Amino acid sequence: MTFVDVCALEDLVTERGTGALLGDTQVAVFRLADGTVRAVQQRDPYSGANVMSRGLVGTTRVAGADGAERDVATVTTPMLKEVWNLETGEVLDSGGKVKKPLLVFATEVRDGRVLVADAPNPLVEA
Amino acid sequence: MSSPLSPAAHTVSHAPAPLSGARIVVVGAGMTAHRFAENLTTQDPEGSWSLTVIGDEPYLPYDRVHLSEWFATRDAGALSMNVDVWDDPRVTLVTGDGVAALDRQANVVTTKSGHQVGYDHAVLATGSWAWTPRAEGTDLAGTFTYRTMEDVERIAEWVRLREQSLGRPVRGLVVGGGVLGLEAAAALQSLGASATVVEFTDHLMSAQLDQGGGEMLRLLVEDLGMAIRTGAAAQRFLPAGDGPVGTAELSDGTVLPVDVVVFSVGIRPRDRVAREAGLAIDERGGVVVGTTCQTSDPAVWAIGECASFEGVCAGLVAPGNDMADVVADRMLGGDRTHHRADEGTKLKGVGVDAASFGDVNALSAGALEVSFVDPVNRQYRKLVLSDDAKTLLGGVFVGDIELYAALRPLLGRPLGADPAAIISPDGGGGVELELPDDAIVCSCQNVTAGTVRGAVTEQGCTSMGQIKECTKAGTVCGSCVPALTKLLNAELVKSGVEVSDALCEHFAMSRAELYRLVSDEDLATFSEVVAKFGTGRGCAICRPTVASILSTLHGGHVLEGEAAAVQDTNDHVMANLQRNGTYSVIPRMYGGEVRPDQLLEFAKVAQEYGLYVHITGAQRIGMFGARLDQLPEIWRRLVAVGFESGHAYGKSLRNIKTCVGQAWCRFGVQDSTTMAVKLETRYRGLRSPHKLKFGVSGCARECAEARGKDVGVIATHKGWNLYVGGNGGANPVHAQLLAEDLDEATLIRYIDRFLMLYIQEADRLQRTAPWVAERAGGLDELRRVVVEDSLGIGAQLEATVQEHVDSYEDEWSVTLADPAKLRKFVQFINAPGVADPDLAFVPERGQIKPAAEVDAVTYHDPRDARDAGLAGSEGAR
Ligand code: SRM
Ligand SMILES: Cc1cc2nc3c(=O)[nH]c(=O)nc-3n(C[C@H](O)[C@H](O)[C@H](O)COP(=O)(O)OP(=O)(O)OC[C@H]3O[C@@H](n4cnc5c(N)ncnc54)[C@H](O)[C@@H]3O)c2cc1C
Ligand code: SF4
Ligand code: FES
Repeated sequence: MTFVDVCALEDLVTERGTGALLGDTQVAVFRLADGTVRAVQQRDPYSGANVMSRGLVGTTRVAGADGAERDVATVTTPMLKEVWNLETGEVLDSGGKVKKPLLVFATEVRDGRVLVADAPNPLVEA
Repeated sequence: MSSPLSPAAHTVSHAPAPLSGARIVVVGAGMTAHRFAENLTTQDPEGSWSLTVIGDEPYLPYDRVHLSEWFATRDAGALSMNVDVWDDPRVTLVTGDGVAALDRQANVVTTKSGHQVGYDHAVLATGSWAWTPRAEGTDLAGTFTYRTMEDVERIAEWVRLREQSLGRPVRGLVVGGGVLGLEAAAALQSLGASATVVEFTDHLMSAQLDQGGGEMLRLLVEDLGMAIRTGAAAQRFLPAGDGPVGTAELSDGTVLPVDVVVFSVGIRPRDRVAREAGLAIDERGGVVVGTTCQTSDPAVWAIGECASFEGVCAGLVAPGNDMADVVADRMLGGDRTHHRADEGTKLKGVGVDAASFGDVNALSAGALEVSFVDPVNRQYRKLVLSDDAKTLLGGVFVGDIELYAALRPLLGRPLGADPAAIISPDGGGGVELELPDDAIVCSCQNVTAGTVRGAVTEQGCTSMGQIKECTKAGTVCGSCVPALTKLLNAELVKSGVEVSDALCEHFAMSRAELYRLVSDEDLATFSEVVAKFGTGRGCAICRPTVASILSTLHGGHVLEGEAAAVQDTNDHVMANLQRNGTYSVIPRMYGGEVRPDQLLEFAKVAQEYGLYVHITGAQRIGMFGARLDQLPEIWRRLVAVGFESGHAYGKSLRNIKTCVGQAWCRFGVQDSTTMAVKLETRYRGLRSPHKLKFGVSGCARECAEARGKDVGVIATHKGWNLYVGGNGGANPVHAQLLAEDLDEATLIRYIDRFLMLYIQEADRLQRTAPWVAERAGGLDELRRVVVEDSLGIGAQLEATVQEHVDSYEDEWSVTLADPAKLRKFVQFINAPGVADPDLAFVPERGQIKPAAEVDAVTYHDPRDARDAGLAGSEGAR
């Protein structure tokens, strides 16, 4: 796995996404309010369209393994509004449908540049 | 997870006994096989058994009940059932390979490809065959059954190809007028074919409806354009000149031209493997099982449609699921037994409502029938009661089935109310039916009223989504959802939980409340609002809501500063997202007017980019299929000839529909077009809780359908009548008269006030009609506030609108002039010139449409798709 330089951090609008192309792989890259960057697969697994970067970001309160609650960053697909955890790719709201997780790509911000891994993390068990 | 829910667990009636080391094989990988695997893995997470599920279909086990939905998505994956079970390391799923033999001496199954799997327990879950009637010509090309994914894929492909080669719409015939036959007929219609249904008995759905219900159903499906022939059988099919089926001969002598035939005349259990293994088989077919679901060999079990219980193979998923539950429970040491209950049946997938349960033909001794028949409104309701008129024995509902979900659980129980009052046109709502705890509300998942109540009181469910997740109720056919909703709300009220009007997880107040708070505190950004009144960073519900409130209060461009991050995705790019990720471009055409020079440029743009052109339902023209990166270039050209954003993407004023009025029409009494242009110019871009539509007609003939709009203006000899609170859409409502014979200035004053009140008070996504209906005091009170200014806020409401009018700028023009705002119009930030390589189009009627999974030949560039269409046989029509 290697990290690919996709853009400058300041090219990204806070709490909005953009698409990026890593070889043949399309990813959706989001800059969060805390200045960190997340990346997930661009394809919305429900509609099959490459639109995840156009979804709205936000947060959902979840209980961790220790029972403590925290807010995790989320993205909602613009198509039919299913919601995912941006850190793990886990489906948080599938609207009652089968859960289809998103692949997550590791990211780094180095010297004001945004780097995205060219291969996804292994799927996390929900 | 944030929810208070434990994962959906089916009840376990025992402490799991070890299935230690056992090898389990399931023959068949359909719905009940999946249910069984899901049960075993979730109920015995630590067990050391191994499970092999072998299916002959080349797909992941899918939801056959919703097979017809494949036509809408064309995506086999969308129907697959919870795939997590196949990830369990103890489970092996084999697809595309059938079991050929079961050897009970050697305890081994052998597949067609020669693969052998040993077992300690074998479970037969082979389902059924769709039966083809004995008639000549049922093997001709163009004849199908309706059971599997392969069937529906082949039907769709056949209709498409046949339509192409015949050069006209395809004529469809469905043999069998039961629930599945009607579902298949609707599917044929959705493919653009016509549909004739032939039914052997004298009425439709004869297994579930009485004659009266069947006749009402006939009227309803005929309204949908289906042709129905009852009392006739298909006797012979003859080929057309080029080979495939071309004619059907019926037993009543009729000869019908047909291009596609679907058989839906019943199912037969797939019991061959069991039969050849020497297991007991019922004389009518099906593997014989008792209440434990074991066959004549205790190491072999049978579940689902292939199993014959008390001489009956059930053709519904609910009894099959119950059998799967029994087998999993027993293997884990439990003592659960299988029971059959009357499940009731509901027609689905046709767009017509029909449902029944129990003794529909009143065959029980002394049974009484109470019915209500209204052929004008296409409604039929019947209750069947015991001889003392107390116990509910059955029910038939056609046209309006609201009562079905509420009454079905009461089968065999006291009705507790006057049956005639319940089914009379305005009776049902008023009668309160309290369900006993042990009544099954969701029969697909076997969930009782008590379980649903418990999910609220003990597991803390507060929404329908949580109820579904927690109990699984409502997740199969959905017919119980109204009853579930009632139970949920009643339980919430009982336990003192207010039925919450919180906007979402991040804001505990309603939209109206939030509007007031934001306005009182004069907040200007989402960050300020969420910090002060909310939690976290919001979501796809509250962000656009706050964006809309801020826009009404402060104006400003939708993409200015932080606003860009909170807009709904459509507003964010000022275009409406289409199913393949492209966008529509719908400029404003004030009053339905468009200049020829504008039309020329519009046509040129569509031609050069290969876009699909459609006259929209709202009196203007749209182009569809534009890529994100093309939107600015396209809009630059449109703006240059005077077009503006049509806000087809916004929760704001869409268009104002109007007629030519006094200027041209012989009957017109006022200049409706000019009025429409004035109003559209005034209210364009005003963000609101839901979209807004207006209509202006030049006289009482109402050609602009103004009374179907949120604001309707109709010319009179003396001025204008103002109507409010109408809409088309899902629940059409006629607008009601608010004030008569107004002059122009007064008309605008009243509309200003009406709109601002609505914007301040309505819920998110609540249109004006429900807002007016639910507002305290109703229309009369609204009239006092708007017309009489009883609250003295009229001037203030008008001033807020005026601020909006004065600061209005066309969103697209502003965006085009600002390089910073244009930067996001790329598919790939690191490859700005590249288009989404997955985009694919196909030709249709000389234009384009997005490609679907089944399309063999597709084009990446829409212009190539169009040109191929124009050059090919299809041609432009
Ligand atoms: C394009 C168009 C169909 C067409 O090709 O003719 C259309 C397309 C959509 N309609 Fe519509 N509606 C269109 C005219 C209508 C009309 C007819 C009319 O306006 O006279 C109606 C019924 C009248 C009414 O609204 O009262 C209509 C009732 C709906 C509804 C149901 C609203 C309701 O209150 O029940 C929805 C769903 C919603 O908004 O929640 C909807 C939603 C939609 C959406 C926005 C769904 C979506 O989110 O993708 C569609 C995309 C719009 C787009 O791409 O811009 N559309 N829609 C029409 C665009 C008109 C325009 O020029 O702006
Ligand atoms: C269009 C349609 C709509 C329906 N709507 C409803 C509804 O609204 N409500 C309702 O309750 N029911 C409905 N049903 C019925 C419901 O789908 C069935 O009751 C349910 O699927 C039965 O489950 P099963 O596991 O017994 O059989 P299936 O789901 O048919 O699974 C059996 C599987 O075993 C495979 N198989 C057979 N023999 C072998 C072998 N020797 N080796 C390997 N694999 C084999 C078959 O190919 C099949 O994949 C509908 C059915 C259809 C076709
Ligand atoms: S509404 Fe009246 S003025 Fe307008 S076109 Fe119809 S008849 Fe003519
Ligand atoms: S009754 Fe079918 S889902 Fe509940």
